[in-house]
Amino acid sequence: MWRVGKVVALHDETAMARTITLEVPDWPGHLAGQHVDVRLTASDGYSAVRSYSIASAPNSERRVELSVERLSNGEVSPYLTRELVVDDRLELRGPIGGWFVWRPQQTEPIQLVAGGSGIVPLMAMIRSRASAGNTAPFRLLYSVREPGAVWYGAELQSLLDRDQSVSVTYAYTRAAPKNWPRPPSRIDAALIANTTWPSNLVPTCYVCGPTSFVESAAGLLTACGNSPDKIRTERFGPTGDRR
Amino acid sequence: MLLPPCTLGANVENAAFGCRCASLNARHRRLRLARRRSRVATTSPCCNAVSGSLNRHHEFSPTQQLISRGGTGLEGKSYFSSGIPCAGEVGMAITSRGFSGRRSAEAGKLPPGQYLTATFPVLSAGPTPNVPLDRWEFVIDDGTNVLRRWDWKSFRDLPSETFTTDIHCVTRWSKLGTTWEGVSLDTLFADLKTDASYTLVRSYGDYTTNVPLNDLTNHQAWIAFRFEGEDLAPEHGGPARLLVPHLYLWKSAKWVRGITLMQRDKPGFWESLGYHIYGDPWREQRYSDDK
Repeated sequence: MWRVGKVVALHDETAMARTITLEVPDWPGHLAGQHVDVRLTASDGYSAVRSYSIASAPNSERRVELSVERLSNGEVSPYLTRELVVDDRLELRGPIGGWFVWRPQQTEPIQLVAGGSGIVPLMAMIRSRASAGNTAPFRLLYSVREPGAVWYGAELQSLLDRDQSVSVTYAYTRAAPKNWPRPPSRIDAALIANTTWPSNLVPTCYVCGPTSFVESAAGLLTACGNSPDKIRTERFGPTGDRR
Repeated sequence: MLLPPCTLGANVENAAFGCRCASLNARHRRLRLARRRSRVATTSPCCNAVSGSLNRHHEFSPTQQLISRGGTGLEGKSYFSSGIPCAGEVGMAITSRGFSGRRSAEAGKLPPGQYLTATFPVLSAGPTPNVPLDRWEFVIDDGTNVLRRWDWKSFRDLPSETFTTDIHCVTRWSKLGTTWEGVSLDTLFADLKTDASYTLVRSYGDYTTNVPLNDLTNHQAWIAFRFEGEDLAPEHGGPARLLVPHLYLWKSAKWVRGITLMQRDKPGFWESLGYHIYGDPWREQRYSDDK
């Protein structure tokens, strides 16, 4: 069933990414980590559908936020990040997915590992934890190209400032801030070992990003002693599809 | 949505809708068919699959103008000249103001709602298992007894086939003309007598998926171990995966280790998590509530 959402706010995360806030009157609620299918329809009836992870926590206002990265040769993302204006309507199907989700009933330590725009469903988990008053310890390892490519940076910082049981480690791959302790590079065994939960705490790990990133991160988490059945992955990017 | 495949990934729901829009949609479909016939040599594949986008650069402007003429000025509101709202209020697709989209020459070969990719995306629920060949085995059982068992060597000694097929992922990418080498399930099931109608396909890493037995036999499914002439990469299911290409690709279990015959259908991993029990791309059976 396709629902109609009205665009009520637009916010640029970076020069290449925009968060779209939709009001969906018949929204049934969702879990952090789920996604929606978005359908665009041209005036001749042609339509294109893509999946986007939900960025927002479940809420009573029936609002759904999607953060979309613009792909220069994309068909849907340039429209969503450039053409869409407040009061436009978008068709949605969902929420979808029952595996890559975090539920507020979970109390075990949570390890989030994001590559680039893979932060979106993980941000929904962080927000969901906060809005539910859940106090499970969360760690986020956020691999990103450069400081200017960080999404939700201010919100993450303010969360860190007031909640000691959440920590964020940024790993820059192309350019790091001045005096950053780690030279720009991809995630590696030492970083995973030093910044993620020790495996004896049996964290549940959520890894989201481009396929090569997820392959690498999930493999490193396993090598550190995390059981494969505690590692949930979602892949997209040059060899993937989500977002 | 038990309708014939709609060529342009368009909204098949609309056609079933009993208002004037339905006939208008029928007209659109005829025009689209005409358009499909008219675009032949002007396009060539130049795909570059980046996330979530149709990576084709072809537009076919003359006919597109013809088609979009009717919608001009009505965008975002209605197809009705009477001004009666159609979008939203009665469940029709709403028109996305300013969206024209891209159509591809191969669209007619794609199931509804799919787009073409030239790369080979990956979708897995967890880490990629490492399956050493000296410990690999493939077992057919009935839930109680082992009926057939192969180790890697005896499996590879079976006659294999090279075949070319299209594959369709529920995350909406399709890939045309992929070439694989594998052992036909007809070979593995040869001389096996069973009254089971269903199967649960099992993988290293504990993934499962259910497939009716009739969908695995009669030259419809293989245990594949080579892709485009190369050993199958681990992230794509190596050393060996099921390939049952007439169903969405999640049914083609990676890292396959066996098949359990069952009297009754039982959902596997994704089928228990919101995805369709059968998964026919041409009927767009993506999610549990799809017909």
